[in-house]
Amino acid sequence: MLRDEDRIFTNLYGFQSFGLDAARMRGDWDGTKAILEKGRDWIIEQVKESGLRGRGGAGFSTGMKWSFMPKNVTDKPVYLVINADEGEPGTCKDRDILRHDPHKLIEGCLIAGFAIGASACYIYIRGEFYNETSAVQVAIDEAYAAGLIGKNACGSGYDYDIYIHRGAGAYVCGEETALIESIEGKKGQPRNKPPFPAQAGLYSSPTTVNNVESIAVVPTILRRGAGWFAGLGRPKNTGTKLFCISGHVNKPGNVEEEMGIPLKELIEKHAGGVRGGWDNLLAIIPGGSSVPVMPKTVCDTVLMDFDSLREVGSGLGTAAVIVMDKSTDIVKAIARLSKFYAHESCGQCTPCREGTGWLMRMMDRMVRGNARVEEIDMLFEVTKQIEGHTICALGDAAAWPVQGLIRHFRPELERRILAYRNSAQSMAAE
Amino acid sequence: MPKLTIDGIEIEVEAGTSVLQACEQLGIEIPRFCYHERLSVPANCRMCLVEMERAPKPIAACAMPCADGMVIKTDTPTVHKARKGVMEFLLINHPLDCPICDQGGECDLQDQAVAYGMDKGRYTEAKRAVKDKYMGPVIKTIMTRCIHCTRCVRFINEIAGVPALGGVFRGEHMEITTFVEQAIGSEMAGNLADVCPVGALTHKPYAFTARPWELRKTESVDVFDAVGSNIRVDVRGPEVMRVLPRVNEDINEEWLSDKSRYACDGLKRQRLDRPYVRKNGKLQPASWAEAFTAIAAKLKGLSGDRIAAITGDLVDVESVTALKDLMAALGSANLDCRQDGALYDTSVRAGYLFNSTIAGIEQADVILLVGTNPRHEAALVNARIRKRYLQGGLTVGVIGGNPSLNYPATILGNGPAAVQALIDGQGDFAAVLKNAKAPLIIVGQGAFQRPDALAVHALVRQLAESVGAVREGWNGFSMLHTAAGRVGALDVGFVPGPGGRDLAGILDGASKGAIEVVFLLGADEIDTAKLGSAFVIYQGHHGDAGAHRADVILPGAAYTEKNATYVNTEGRPQLGRLAVFPPGEAREDWKILRALSDVLGHTLPYDSLSQVRARMVEINPVFAKTNTVVPAPWQSFGTAGAVADTDFVSPVANFFMTDPISRASATMAACSETVQPAQERTGTHG
Amino acid sequence: MSAASAAPIQEPTSFAFTPENLDRAQKIIAKYPAGRQMSAVMPLLDLAQRQNDGWLPRVAMDYVADLLKMPRIKAYEVATFYTMYNLSPVGKHVVQVCTTTPCWLRGSDDVVKACEDKMGVALGETSADGRFTLREVECLGACVNAPIVQIGDDFYEDVSPQHMTAIIDALTRGEKPAAGSQTGRQASCPAGGPTTLKAFAAPQAKE
Repeated sequence: MLRDEDRIFTNLYGFQSFGLDAARMRGDWDGTKAILEKGRDWIIEQVKESGLRGRGGAGFSTGMKWSFMPKNVTDKPVYLVINADEGEPGTCKDRDILRHDPHKLIEGCLIAGFAIGASACYIYIRGEFYNETSAVQVAIDEAYAAGLIGKNACGSGYDYDIYIHRGAGAYVCGEETALIESIEGKKGQPRNKPPFPAQAGLYSSPTTVNNVESIAVVPTILRRGAGWFAGLGRPKNTGTKLFCISGHVNKPGNVEEEMGIPLKELIEKHAGGVRGGWDNLLAIIPGGSSVPVMPKTVCDTVLMDFDSLREVGSGLGTAAVIVMDKSTDIVKAIARLSKFYAHESCGQCTPCREGTGWLMRMMDRMVRGNARVEEIDMLFEVTKQIEGHTICALGDAAAWPVQGLIRHFRPELERRILAYRNSAQSMAAE
Repeated sequence: MPKLTIDGIEIEVEAGTSVLQACEQLGIEIPRFCYHERLSVPANCRMCLVEMERAPKPIAACAMPCADGMVIKTDTPTVHKARKGVMEFLLINHPLDCPICDQGGECDLQDQAVAYGMDKGRYTEAKRAVKDKYMGPVIKTIMTRCIHCTRCVRFINEIAGVPALGGVFRGEHMEITTFVEQAIGSEMAGNLADVCPVGALTHKPYAFTARPWELRKTESVDVFDAVGSNIRVDVRGPEVMRVLPRVNEDINEEWLSDKSRYACDGLKRQRLDRPYVRKNGKLQPASWAEAFTAIAAKLKGLSGDRIAAITGDLVDVESVTALKDLMAALGSANLDCRQDGALYDTSVRAGYLFNSTIAGIEQADVILLVGTNPRHEAALVNARIRKRYLQGGLTVGVIGGNPSLNYPATILGNGPAAVQALIDGQGDFAAVLKNAKAPLIIVGQGAFQRPDALAVHALVRQLAESVGAVREGWNGFSMLHTAAGRVGALDVGFVPGPGGRDLAGILDGASKGAIEVVFLLGADEIDTAKLGSAFVIYQGHHGDAGAHRADVILPGAAYTEKNATYVNTEGRPQLGRLAVFPPGEAREDWKILRALSDVLGHTLPYDSLSQVRARMVEINPVFAKTNTVVPAPWQSFGTAGAVADTDFVSPVANFFMTDPISRASATMAACSETVQPAQERTGTHG
Repeated sequence: MSAASAAPIQEPTSFAFTPENLDRAQKIIAKYPAGRQMSAVMPLLDLAQRQNDGWLPRVAMDYVADLLKMPRIKAYEVATFYTMYNLSPVGKHVVQVCTTTPCWLRGSDDVVKACEDKMGVALGETSADGRFTLREVECLGACVNAPIVQIGDDFYEDVSPQHMTAIIDALTRGEKPAAGSQTGRQASCPAGGPTTLKAFAAPQAKE
């Protein structure tokens, strides 16, 4: 288990104040100027060396992402955009950073913005997080007042503004280009890539979009050294990670743990174990709704990091662990996700707009068993027709849970179909 | 110049070319719905997915720029599977009501379903039904058919410059709508139905009238403004069913104004389908012989100076030539083709042409509009200016004309004083114009429908010269005409001869009895009350103002009913073609004049169309080069003199009703009731 | 259908920000670069909605679009795309129960039923007295505190049907029940106290 002194988010639960004084006591804003003085290249190099991979789901190297930003841009502003549109079912880690540790985020925004040469930063917070937004705004105001951001931020000579942009209810805005569109005052419809945001992002300017957690860990990494972070976890899956454990556990909650912690250990140590004991476990979605579900046999041994979970056909995603015990109607659990994706599809591109609705309706029938066995294959085919054919990853996200269900729980689907048919026949016979 | 490989073939393309365009260059067909070469690229339909080496998933060919070393495959199982999948998704909520759909037979969805779709549907869930939307009198909507390609939204925003359509709600509930359920305030709304790849947006006036395979198609030229848009006239039997644009990159690209497209229902109403002669104060049906005899009787012994002729806006060059020759034979120099009273100098061709050409607008970096509302006077010229604006780096100034533009412009004044100020270098815009790389001055008829027109003509010429708008390789002096028949008539010289009267002189003479016979060739816009007691011969196709005043009516052919030449505002002669025969006893116009000349004893020396055209070339060699703009040499024109400081006023008050055909059109009547107000509502800078 | 939701929408004929809100709007617009004022459409629509009893009539969308010099249709697109804009009148309290899988696993169906029973409406409806609008909402992003119910701007967490009944009663009485975890645990901390960072578990001593 991760030692407490290696934990970054020491006020995860908000036992202490989120304000500037308390944040300073926890080590935030300590020597920020000195960090900036080491220069852009040093910061990016350190973040690369730390092995930090994006905490928003895709797991792309954060340092690498920053290095894609064009250097010496003079004709346009450069933007850092923070993705705080947390809405992936199962995920609620960024919420804790926003409301309990916002100075970690703001300091990270300054350092990351400096590293990519940004002049301003927009933090895009989902609209439902009204109170969380208020906390961040208070923290921003404190940081301005203390000279930490704004003109001559931290006395570094660097001018840097941070603004909040509130969302208004659209999961798809968690996709970085949809988020940019939304800041521009449009519908949150993802853009085609290329061009990537690093070339033409917000207001057609070079832009980097990072997840809240990715940015909030950066100051600590730079203070404690890339080697410290890289020494935690496993190679290519380094550092600490916020895990959200929801569903059928005795004590659901968030916790910061070392990357690569065994799933079983994570649940038993921090979430009070599966309701009714580990043997009562049916399945787990390990990384938010978009990743495929895993049956218990996989859960017994799998490690919680990007590569381990990919090896077993799932993914770390946002590290949102949704636990389902044996009482769960697994078909309905996944069908509800299909409804979620149909509801959240932006409607722009054909496979997602039409396909998510189709999946939802078929899954609805599968819940009741009102289908033919061959339709299970058709359902799988339809997910494959969506996957990889859409503008953004929402289509893939809609496809994967259903694929995971069919892969691991096909007998359950077939059983229901037979049961439905039998009951229909027996009703007809009466 | 990136070099890439597509299906094993190497190709080098210009930078910025998309994979889809590169495929087209190689003749490889890539199916698509949302992609339209003149609109922005949303890549939302996903029909054009192709494989790219080293890419983890298929890419949208329309949105992927070609890059060096790319390896593209368009004919693989992955690609076929992707297309089949997209096709299926597009069809699951499509009603498949092709038998009752007006798009049937010319539907992209139908065609591509045949080529790329599955042989049966697998979708058994409930289908989506979408409420139809109101978009005005020309667009019919059946929104359940919509495949959300957003071509219509992009067209109306980008090309038409009227942000009236959008996609509201999201996911499978996304709907294309105006949201406010009002007519779209555009003079180009009909193109929406053209860009719609399915039957969601169709042409309301054409609804349920014909199937495309029943129609005979004739390529022709439009006459509702002086743009000379290229059109296709679709007919069934004796009836014009619809008019569609034909691609001409130099003129209308692939668009058409709503008047040019939908006024054709006016061809069926108020037609003059037999000769009439006024007897006892009433027009009575007559035979051709009776009509000609009545004219001959009236002209007998009359000296030429007591005879006059005025031509209208829709006249073809052949008939104007015949009338000019006939008038010459009768000894009359009282001719005018400017029935609107415009008085510019007609002696120098460069003085009355749109010298920059329409396509040339795209070269201009500063445009000055003088006395014109191009949006109403020449919708497609305006669309070209907007296109130029969207390319960036265009400055537009306006003097008079009160234009309702859909691009930003600076108002510099309303009359000649503002032109003088520019010549004098006053104001910021004068410097902008002076420093422009390719300044373009577009001057409309509104600047010349005034007594001091010759001086205005000289003034604008002076401005053009002082800012260097006329230079080697660029002529930025462009007169914008509104009448399709005008430039052709000017080119044959249908203007007062030596000692002859112009329009005002003719009307003055008629009202005072000095002019006894007035021949109106399709002239309906004059003040007929001023014709006094003159004997009026009206030759034309519609029972409009001219015919009402006439003593003899000679029924002519409308533009869809004759093979005829029109010269557009650029000076480009183009051929209109007979699509249907004129109704009843009506005849092609030059033939009527040829027959009349025979009766009058002044037989015109041509018996065939080719002989008339040879005569035209004899008068002016420009007619030998159809479809071509012969650059006109720059010479001095206009007469320097005092100008009154009165405002320039655009001659087109109602875009939808400008001539006998559009005035007879029920569709145009509906448009002027609903679209005109909507246009005023949304006619803000796009 | 309840009476309130069946009634035709009474569209107001005009809308304008109050002087205070206009001032707020100008401050919001100033957050974005010059010429990018359209970026402010979402916060301004939200502001308009708050001023107009929690819903957005078309005149308000028009007003915001005109204020930002953007095509009105673009404002309609935004207002209809995002779920937090209410396009028809809502009750005094908008009660949104999250029913997405993590909440569903922890009994959101029972919470919905408690709401329906107590308010006398079905999902999507407004009570006849105009006090409550009940809605299903997609994942609110507080899943370890499932089930979540959002009322106005506040999250009510770890909600049981009994909690829900009590909350509705309190709202009916005109009280504002305390938001957050209804079982009394600290934010997202596992029930019974943290498994980590126990030293930080006490509120920081005032220095």
